[in-house]
Amino acid sequence: MSNYSVINSRASRLDAPAKATGRAVFVDDLSFPGMLHAALLQSPLPHARIRSIDTSRAERLPGVKAVITAKDAGMVRYGVSPARYDETVFCLDRVRYVGDEIAAVAAVDPQTAEEAVGRIRVDYEELPAVLTIEEAMAEGAPQLHAEFPRNISAEVHQEFGNVAEALKACDLVKTTTFKNKRQDGAFLEPPGCIAVFDLDGRLTLHSSTQAPHYVQRTLAMVLGLPVGKVRVVKPYVGGGFGIKAAANTGELAACLLARRTGKPVKFIYSREQVFMLCRARHQFVHRMTTGAKKDGTLLALQHECHLDGGAYSSFGIATVYYAGSLLGGPYKLPNMKYDGWRVYTNKPTCGAQRGHGGVAARAAWEQQLDMIAEELGMDPIELRLKNMMRAGDVTCNDLNMSSLGMQECIEAVRDSSGWNSKKGKLPKGKGIGMACGFFVSGAGYPIYRSDTYHCTATVKLAEDGGAAQVYSASAEIGQGSDTAFGMIAAEALGVPLDCVRVTSGDTDFGVDLGAYSSRQTLMTGHAVKEAAESVKRQVLDALADELKVPAADMDIKEGRIVFANGPVDFSAIRSRYIKEHRGWSDSPQEDFLTFREASRIAYLAKGTIVGTGKYKPPPLGGKFKGAAVGTSPAYGCSAQVVEVSVDTETGKIVIEKITDAHDCGRAINRTSVEGQMEGSVAMGMGEALFEEVKFDERGRVINCDLAEYKLVTALDMPPVDAIIVESNEPNGPFGAKEVGEGAIMPTIPAILNAVYDATGLRIYELPLTSERVHAALKARGEKK
Amino acid sequence: MKQLIRLTVNEREYEVAVEANTTLVDLLRYQLGLTGTKKGCDLGDCGACTVLMDGKAVNSCLVLAVQAGGRTVQTIEGLETAGGLHPLQQAFIEKGAIQCGFCSSGMILSAKELLDGTPHPDEPEIRRAISGNLCRCTGYQKIIEAIKEAAR
Repeated sequence: MSNYSVINSRASRLDAPAKATGRAVFVDDLSFPGMLHAALLQSPLPHARIRSIDTSRAERLPGVKAVITAKDAGMVRYGVSPARYDETVFCLDRVRYVGDEIAAVAAVDPQTAEEAVGRIRVDYEELPAVLTIEEAMAEGAPQLHAEFPRNISAEVHQEFGNVAEALKACDLVKTTTFKNKRQDGAFLEPPGCIAVFDLDGRLTLHSSTQAPHYVQRTLAMVLGLPVGKVRVVKPYVGGGFGIKAAANTGELAACLLARRTGKPVKFIYSREQVFMLCRARHQFVHRMTTGAKKDGTLLALQHECHLDGGAYSSFGIATVYYAGSLLGGPYKLPNMKYDGWRVYTNKPTCGAQRGHGGVAARAAWEQQLDMIAEELGMDPIELRLKNMMRAGDVTCNDLNMSSLGMQECIEAVRDSSGWNSKKGKLPKGKGIGMACGFFVSGAGYPIYRSDTYHCTATVKLAEDGGAAQVYSASAEIGQGSDTAFGMIAAEALGVPLDCVRVTSGDTDFGVDLGAYSSRQTLMTGHAVKEAAESVKRQVLDALADELKVPAADMDIKEGRIVFANGPVDFSAIRSRYIKEHRGWSDSPQEDFLTFREASRIAYLAKGTIVGTGKYKPPPLGGKFKGAAVGTSPAYGCSAQVVEVSVDTETGKIVIEKITDAHDCGRAINRTSVEGQMEGSVAMGMGEALFEEVKFDERGRVINCDLAEYKLVTALDMPPVDAIIVESNEPNGPFGAKEVGEGAIMPTIPAILNAVYDATGLRIYELPLTSERVHAALKARGEKK
Repeated sequence: MKQLIRLTVNEREYEVAVEANTTLVDLLRYQLGLTGTKKGCDLGDCGACTVLMDGKAVNSCLVLAVQAGGRTVQTIEGLETAGGLHPLQQAFIEKGAIQCGFCSSGMILSAKELLDGTPHPDEPEIRRAISGNLCRCTGYQKIIEAIKEAAR
């Protein structure tokens, strides 16, 4: 079926044995001699002026080695986007949310550090707080940041085509308002780190991060160190989903405390602190007006969105742009107007989470498309097939669909789910719904404006042949990237997967922007492929000299040297190899020249064989303000069909089955692709049905644990039929593109549409708890 | 004040001094160096710290170390034998049931408790058995397939 030897298979993950046996080392499993433990003092108030901080009682506690505040940390402002560096390590004179960091302690054990934090006295003058978008934008509302009036942290105003004119030409115009709820990343491993300074003043931070490179830059900037003196190493990471894609206060505080004490300092977030760190999906309020012709042709979308951002910016500028730009596809839409506002509130900061910026927007719009289809008397699938884009189409906001298996995805879920025999034919309380989506395969530009490569990779051959070491700073966080890059390197080099070892997540190995925006398979994949191809070329060049056979007439496949023009006498190479390994029991006996022998010859001729690769996308996108957000070298797309049953007495929804098709260009590892699809569906389902971070009137998270913040369990999760569609992306390594985030896009709207099919109810607010559905059913009953 | 307890972990006997408020997960991880048991919430919600105590799956963050005195504990490190990996470990590897791996130790031990008592469970039994173990990566599907495979 496949012409590939390694990729496109179901290879077992390289890290699975270590993880199945408890050997895999995560950051909290690490320990260093003399290591201290840090704790953070965080604000109990949502908004207050700090009159004074008295750390003396903490400092006097036996076992405490250092107490630091803003006076020690300095006031270097940092954040994610340089346009909104609005955070400092600690608050100097103002706290802006419950959890805002004020001080940190290093002590001999975690208990002493916690106790010391409790002894720090802060004199607060409480200020009025704004906890909702409406409160924050109201006239005369308290301001979080003086330089951002009306608490608007970022706004976007874009128009493509002429929406007002286009709407006049429409036969049907539909307006709805939709809102999701603030999410928590809820990765199983709380973030944490260990900072170690060596005696030469060089810092190594071991951290549970998705983006070693960005953390390295932030540490260097805030601590005033040259980048060359900062190394960030990522051990195994227990999930990230976007939240671990930027430096956090715990990391910075641990580094400052390590510098102060000269000792390694560990800091691990508690589960409660994860909710205060947040950086997860915003709450979005979308108001959309869509216009269509009678035949179902979509003509225009007018879209307004407000985001509840929390106290600082994090990824928020990108989020507010994405919330608009990611509706440019996967349907042909000639006219689109978007106005977005991200608003500061006195709550923990929201950022990027799987499907960054686009998930709630997609839910709102795909629900509306379903309504349009119904009013026009069209099947929802027919409406989508009519409007979908094809490979080569460019959206009105200049996103280029260089490959797009949208039709294949829609048809696959239609046929596999039995849509035609179910839609409109299910009994009361049962429903079926569908939706589509698309997503970037890596952001087209880095977060900081730069001509940097987005990734570099190195492949080095063992001097004795037979093994290739792949080095990169990419971030394996559970998605399977190490295995994917091992497979890409093996395929490109022409050796079996077990000849390849992958080492990643270390800034000493180069530049890699990290695991966000579904970028690594395409981007790091390119760099790894290029490095492996370079190694292969070097080996073949050395062989060419040795055998007097043109390199172009040789290839390496499955660990053997293949000669294009018939057998070549390699007995001299074999004799030499065996002579160099006198006494060894594994001399090559094969009737072909092995890669092992060839790479030994290459080493003897040239020294250590090292190949390097690099990647950055070509300039992408239009010229308008914000045109960069949404650009990517390639776009994955997907379609899902969801089947539900709704108990019309209680409002309880049971998802019975999900059929999911995703175009990932080319599956490097089929099992991993399915794993991303199934995991995306689970996260989307959680957001649709259960997940909501809730606050009290004092700005405190009231469900800051994994019992009351409800994730999908094995009892909730239905069978998922994951169908891989491969469109062979021209800009991807071996044709590959994203799967990690695009796969979440259709889940929520497909559920919303299925619930409508089951009940006749359109619900415009998440999550679809039994309570909300029951209330909607009851309200309808009363209206009748 | 510390208290001396004896317990058996992975067939090895230990005599350790623990504080009254030390939890079993902290004893295992930070005193005995058995870091394969993960700590995801420290509140008994996520199941990452699941171990078997006298054959029964428990959240080791909800068990005080002193309560484990005189008991037999099995952690993920105790599943391998001289003959190799436990069939559950093998199935988790082969079926792609592991992504980030942070839930895997606890998930495998919950599954082991199930298979020890019910060698051929049906799917609802499997789902119930791991319903106290949260996984944010996989959507559970490949985990369930792996447990089915190991039960074959």
